[in-house]
Amino acid sequence: MSDVLEIETDVLVAGGGPAGTWAALRAADAGADVVLVDKGWCGASGATAAAGTGVWYVEPDPQAREEAMASREALGGYLADRAWMGRVLDETYAGMNEFAARGRYPFPVDDDGRQIRRGVQGPEYMRRMRMLVRRAGVRILDHSPLLELLTDADGAVVGAAGQRRQAGGDYRIRAGAVVLATGGCAFASGALGTHVDTGDGTLAAAEVGAHLSGMEFSNAYAIAPAHSSVTKTAYYSYASFYRADGTVLEGAGSTRGRSVIARTLLSEPVLARLDHAGPAEREAMRCGQPNFFLAFDRAGIDPFTDRFPITLLAEGTVRGTGGIALASTACDTDVPGLYAAGDVATREYICGGFTGGGSHNAAWALSSGSWAGRAAAAHARTVADRRRAAVPAGGAGLRPAGGEGITAREMVREVQDQVLPYDLNYLRHGDRLAPALETLHGLWREARAGLADADPWRAREAAAMTAVARWMYTAALARDESRGMHKREDRPGSDPTWHHRLDVGGLDEPWTRSAALEVAA
Amino acid sequence: MIEVISEARCIDCGICVDVCPTNVFDADEHAHPSIARQSDCQTCFLCEAHCPTDALFVSPLSGPAPEGSPLRDEESLAREGRFGEYRGWIGWGHGRTPGSRNDRNQVFTLRLRALRPPEPAAPGSTTAEKEGPRP
Ligand SMILES: Cc1cc2nc3c(=O)[nH]c(=O)nc-3n(C[C@H](O)[C@H](O)[C@H](O)COP(=O)(O)OP(=O)(O)OC[C@H]3O[C@@H](n4cnc5c(N)ncnc54)[C@H](O)[C@@H]3O)c2cc1C
Ligand code: SF4
Ligand code: SF4
Repeated sequence: MSDVLEIETDVLVAGGGPAGTWAALRAADAGADVVLVDKGWCGASGATAAAGTGVWYVEPDPQAREEAMASREALGGYLADRAWMGRVLDETYAGMNEFAARGRYPFPVDDDGRQIRRGVQGPEYMRRMRMLVRRAGVRILDHSPLLELLTDADGAVVGAAGQRRQAGGDYRIRAGAVVLATGGCAFASGALGTHVDTGDGTLAAAEVGAHLSGMEFSNAYAIAPAHSSVTKTAYYSYASFYRADGTVLEGAGSTRGRSVIARTLLSEPVLARLDHAGPAEREAMRCGQPNFFLAFDRAGIDPFTDRFPITLLAEGTVRGTGGIALASTACDTDVPGLYAAGDVATREYICGGFTGGGSHNAAWALSSGSWAGRAAAAHARTVADRRRAAVPAGGAGLRPAGGEGITAREMVREVQDQVLPYDLNYLRHGDRLAPALETLHGLWREARAGLADADPWRAREAAAMTAVARWMYTAALARDESRGMHKREDRPGSDPTWHHRLDVGGLDEPWTRSAALEVAA
Repeated sequence: MIEVISEARCIDCGICVDVCPTNVFDADEHAHPSIARQSDCQTCFLCEAHCPTDALFVSPLSGPAPEGSPLRDEESLAREGRFGEYRGWIGWGHGRTPGSRNDRNQVFTLRLRALRPPEPAAPGSTTAEKEGPRP
């Protein structure tokens, strides 16, 4: 493992999902030399690549825009910001239109022959984004997880180091600016496409001094058949839910009734059947996300006539909202040279405390990616000396301080025990969150002391999940009310004194502080 | 999880080794790629989508299929038309129309909008009544 690939570039983008590819494309369009590193394969990796994706694409008609902005404001606990929403709607509209022309995406057409651009299919979308990025001259390193950031003497980010899983050896990339687009953290719950989304970028950012926001809104759970990875809650709006004996589970539903499902699953199986889908919807479902049906056809289940057991899979900050706090719509962070986009950044600016699933998330990935890419390219032009001394900033999982050893797999399992159970993370209560957080603090100390793995990226994943879990519960305990997706059984209802955002940060000693709602748009 | 690489169909192009986001396959200079790390498979079906000769089968189970399961038996899977089935749906491969053209995602977006739970109380109120416009 002594081989080190050394590269110098203007902009380094870490992560090749929608946020990372839009960032790379915009930076390259602005004339920058760009390198993109992905833990998996840019074009098939990340939460979008495997799914069907609705996009917040709204015609620039004042009334339609007004409705779009108002639609989730209350659900998000009024923590979103209209100026940001407006800018995301503009950027997304322009970006999707450009993608139609430049990427030649085969959109469906309506009866008048006009393309419908409100959704894309993950495999097709991401394969075309890879093509565009390559055509723009971006150098892609696949199977090359970022392990840590590099900083100069003043604390500015000047590059990153990582591992080359297939080629062997490591890489060390010096860059004028770094864009983190490594996705959210779904804690290896098994939810579709999220195995790579383990919070690596969040940890790396915190290690160089960036802080987070909205981490209490990180408990998205989605419905999947119990045997399968395929989460597609939208289709379950056509479902009835049952107990094992065939009686209807009263109050259960795909949106409002999801907590009933969670509560029931704690003690007994829950079954579903898509009884309310007529022939037209059935066909539309097949065309919308074909892999939804692979999960059924191949298991010998007809979801429209058979009752099948379901589960709820955690999607953490992938369909939750929290992440690295941004200083402005340039997607800059607390740290010079460091930018963040997509799920790794907080999405509160447009979603408040609610999920952005079904539309906002895709729009956010495109918009924040575009902004970060442009700003990173501009910043890189101001950095003259690319070779000044740099030190690696990574700690946990890379440089054990000494103490009892723990493997990455063990640590992931122990973190999962604290963050996946519905009665801890979904149905929240202070009396249950507090001991879970204590356990996580203990795990973090173990990670610091002795977490290591022959594959360093695995150890970093474990460390990152531990860190993200602590910020999530630290924020969840601090927000002494219910708001958005953060529902505390011991604090029902919203409290007006909590109508503000909550910052969280710190590695060994996590801290929180209240933060204003206004962030420069 | 990934279960089958069809000996007969695979042409050793190496695409699956590249595209798998969790690096499940190992290339082999003298043989077909191997399923080297099945436990890392995230059941995303993307290797199947990208394989040019319909040589891969991903079982619908999040865990490994049990010994003797038809989900591991190439012959029975071929009889059921499983190889290349997903590529057919998404319209990848020579002479096929991209499946995205048939997308009707808007049906569900509209449906969900209609089903949205009633808006929760405005900020500043612990009761259910609204407090007028957003502060
Ligand atoms: C099943 C499902 C359905 C969804 N449907 C919708 C929808 O209909 N509408 C919507 O708006 N949103 C939807 N979402 C959410 C949406 O997919 C995400 O918000 C979006 O993918 C975020 O893009 P991203 O680029 O930030 O992250 P991702 O797409 O997750 O990409 C992250 C990338 O970073 C890479 N990476 C991770 N760690 C590292 C590292 N250490 N070094 C280098 N690279 C790394 C990964 O390999 C991956 O390529 C859905 C999510 C799921 C799970
Ligand atoms: S993609 Fe298909 S044909 Fe190519 S090596 Fe893999 S299994 Fe063989
Ligand atoms: S299903 Fe996905 S994770 Fe599994 S082997 Fe295929 S590409 Fe890799």
